[in-house]
Amino acid sequence: MNKPIRRVSIFCLVLILALMVRTNWVQGVQAEAWATNKNNKRQVYDRYAHPRGNIIVDGQPVTQSAFVNGLRYKYKRSWVDGPMYAPVTGYSSQAFGASQLEQLEDGILSGSDDRLFFRNTLDMLTGEPKKGGDVVTTINAKAQKAAFEGLGNKKGAVVALDPRTGAILSLVSTPSYDPGVFAGNEPADSKAWTDLNADPNKPMLNRALRETYPPGSTFKLVTAAAAFENGLYQNIDDTTDTPDPYILPGTKTELKNESEFEKCANATLKSGMDQSCNTVYGKLGADLGKDKMRAQAEKFGFNSTVDTPIRSEKSVFPTGSTPDGTALDSIGQHDTRATPLQMAMVSAAIANNGSLMQPYLVQQERSASLTAISQHSEKQFSQPISPATAAKLQEMMVSVVENGTGKNARIPGLTVGGKTGTAQHGEDNAGLPFAWFTSYAKTADGRSVAVAVVVEDGSNNRDGISGGRLAAPIAKSVMQAVLGK
Amino acid sequence: MSTFDLSSDANNRSDGRQAGGVPADRASSRRRGNTTISPQGTPNRRNTELALLAFAVVLPVLAYANVGLAMDDKLPTGMLGYGLGMGALALIAHLLMRKFAPYADPLMLPIATLLNGLGLVMIWRLDKAGPLLHKNFAAAPNQLMWSGLGIALFIVVMVFLKDHRVLQRYTYISMAVALVLLAAPAFFPARKEDFGAKIWIRMGAFSIQPGEFAKIILTVFFAGYLMVKRDALALASRRFMGLYLPRGRDLGPIIVIWLLSLLILVFENDLGSSFLYFGLFVVMLYVATERTSWIIFGLLMSVGGAVAVASTTSHVKTRIDAWLDPMAAFAPKPPDGATEQIGQSLMALGSGGVTGSGLGQGRSWLIDFAAKSDFILGSFGEELGLTGMMAIFMLYALLIQRGLRTAIAARDPFGKLFAVGLSSAMALQVFVVAGGVTGLIPLTGMTMPFLAQGGSSVVANWALVAILLKISDSARRPGVEPAPATELQGGAAA
Repeated sequence: MNKPIRRVSIFCLVLILALMVRTNWVQGVQAEAWATNKNNKRQVYDRYAHPRGNIIVDGQPVTQSAFVNGLRYKYKRSWVDGPMYAPVTGYSSQAFGASQLEQLEDGILSGSDDRLFFRNTLDMLTGEPKKGGDVVTTINAKAQKAAFEGLGNKKGAVVALDPRTGAILSLVSTPSYDPGVFAGNEPADSKAWTDLNADPNKPMLNRALRETYPPGSTFKLVTAAAAFENGLYQNIDDTTDTPDPYILPGTKTELKNESEFEKCANATLKSGMDQSCNTVYGKLGADLGKDKMRAQAEKFGFNSTVDTPIRSEKSVFPTGSTPDGTALDSIGQHDTRATPLQMAMVSAAIANNGSLMQPYLVQQERSASLTAISQHSEKQFSQPISPATAAKLQEMMVSVVENGTGKNARIPGLTVGGKTGTAQHGEDNAGLPFAWFTSYAKTADGRSVAVAVVVEDGSNNRDGISGGRLAAPIAKSVMQAVLGK
Repeated sequence: MSTFDLSSDANNRSDGRQAGGVPADRASSRRRGNTTISPQGTPNRRNTELALLAFAVVLPVLAYANVGLAMDDKLPTGMLGYGLGMGALALIAHLLMRKFAPYADPLMLPIATLLNGLGLVMIWRLDKAGPLLHKNFAAAPNQLMWSGLGIALFIVVMVFLKDHRVLQRYTYISMAVALVLLAAPAFFPARKEDFGAKIWIRMGAFSIQPGEFAKIILTVFFAGYLMVKRDALALASRRFMGLYLPRGRDLGPIIVIWLLSLLILVFENDLGSSFLYFGLFVVMLYVATERTSWIIFGLLMSVGGAVAVASTTSHVKTRIDAWLDPMAAFAPKPPDGATEQIGQSLMALGSGGVTGSGLGQGRSWLIDFAAKSDFILGSFGEELGLTGMMAIFMLYALLIQRGLRTAIAARDPFGKLFAVGLSSAMALQVFVVAGGVTGLIPLTGMTMPFLAQGGSSVVANWALVAILLKISDSARRPGVEPAPATELQGGAAA
């Protein structure tokens, strides 16, 4: 019987061997795929098994990692001034995942980034507990506070940029939410999450980056830029050949101005900007044509997403409009849409003499031991306009603040330029208009800031809404906060 | 040819037959009568066993300390008691072996001790996961008690089973007992949480899984019956389509018993055991008759049986679906009866990777309530990694191969068949469980011998190892001389 027994023992070895091969396959070859499977809860438990790194604003963390020693999760995330910083930090919830910087920088914050491998290995060997690294943002705490308080309980958003570097100095969206209310994995967290998602005011929408609005008259800056860049006009005091009202090309529709008292017929570019003449800039856009207008808009960043690294929604300048549509597009109505970030970029490019810097939010990534892992280096996004054009537009924007619709943004001791906008929206423009203000301010020693503000439904009646009245004061306080006046 | 001729020296004769083509074997068979052992002058290896046993006790104690340090930052309070208890039990077993089975294989007791010890550590570690584990209850104290009982049974077998051949007398009683044991759970209500399987006998809080014991007892019957009938089965057969079919009166009874047990198991939804008994039967038939045609026959029947069962029972179909798509249960609308367990087990294994998360630092409680029983291997895979899994598989491979080696060395056909049966039963069980846990084959729900939580399993496997050791002792014992060469040839001539 020994021969069959030997064969049986070979058979038994083959069985064990099959198990070994299979286990090697699962734990060796497929291991990574199983470990990172979306249903593998270990990943989220791991994320909260040790203190998470912090998001830093002006040297102070705006996040915390509290040791709660829960059964599954040892740590829980919390935020300092959560609603104010939520558009920057995003949330990091045990139950509902993460968003924005908490998500994009998760590798650093959770300590799992490959660049931290050496550090982590060292810590493991020396018995140091694992801790995530920090993310240092470009946010200016004072500007953020000014913007947040300026918006108050109004619905809207503020973006402030440093025109010379592209650093995002403030990023505010209201109404906001406190990410801390659903950071855990308890029934209360679920309820808070459900409630926030069901809120018709969409508090979790990042309006500064993810919502596009019709930019209204603030878009006239782009139209004016296109006029200078394409040589249609040379100087800001050139008179235009504009009837008032202006009949949209190919139609019988009259394009009017906001007020009958505005002197828009054959106005100069500067005067048209001061008074925000729809007729002047509508005709200008139609005269340039949709292709030139679109090319100019795209140089400013329209029609492309911008990663700050939080991705901003595409601002839109339409491609296929008829001439009358292009006229409306050119005054920021019709199909043109822009994020607050986009309009801040327009102001920043003008203030920075035509050079548009890539907007960024993360200055530095560093390990728990404060060693820098990466440092942002400034880079140009594009050169949408020449320095000469930029100078002309600066002059026009300053004039708007000095003489025109933007008087509420005047700051003694600073050069302030701006452009108001009151954008119609809704079916037949039935909705309450959006109030816009995009601006920049410069000190004598060359420091500068560009700010875009949008306020949705800022008043109960149409007459109460205008960019100059609602948005400009907020922009002013942010500029003051940044430049210290 | 009468059964009388076949009883005592069939083994030797068969060796002679096998050695025919191999001169070297023939030479040694003339000298010893057995090619695979040389009892005279062989050291009994009891000291080797003692050293290995010390290792097998120290390793789980260290693992225990490791879990305590990882989970509580301090040594577990019961560590000393646990170590001393384990050590004492192992030492008693060892000392009794010195007296009652001095020539037994030196590897089996240490391997069983090590596996049992590691299993206890993992169960204790999962107990500590506390409320995280669905329907958690502290199983380690129970398992410790059952392990003690298992070793006690081991000792009882050591002391009182003077010669394994006495079991031969109980061939037909074994048959009856095995059938009763197998059938009994059918009369106890199945619980929902048992996942459709009716394999327990429950009396209050106390429950046993008779299938684990029936495994051994049915092997006694198979071995006893086949030993008597082997030549009739092998030789008095008709050739039919290239296969040698034995006469119905020889094969009939065993087929009936075997089919009966399969039917019971299928009725009780105990798929793993069905597969185990089927494989066990085919292997033993093959070894007894030395006819390869049985393998072909067995394979054909198993394929037929598998198709028949899979197409008729929803229970089996569910398991095959879960095997084909382990992540289906995670879908927003999982199919009926879908279980996360296989997917969870695969994720545990994958998360463990090559080196594992370390004892006490994994999250294999995510596998849910079976983490300590059917899926304990998943827990090991996560915390000890591929490395630990290979070590565990090696331990089982060694244990099984030592059992099969015992079969080769055994001098009597009953002992050979019995040892083959017990060892291959263990091999099949390991394959079925580990294959299910790692997603190699559909999950059938059995326990990993020695490792998994489950009283019946631990006790039965200790008994199994004790019997193997007794066979091994008698095989390696130099006192019993092999039959003289003349008698050997006389037997062959007859």
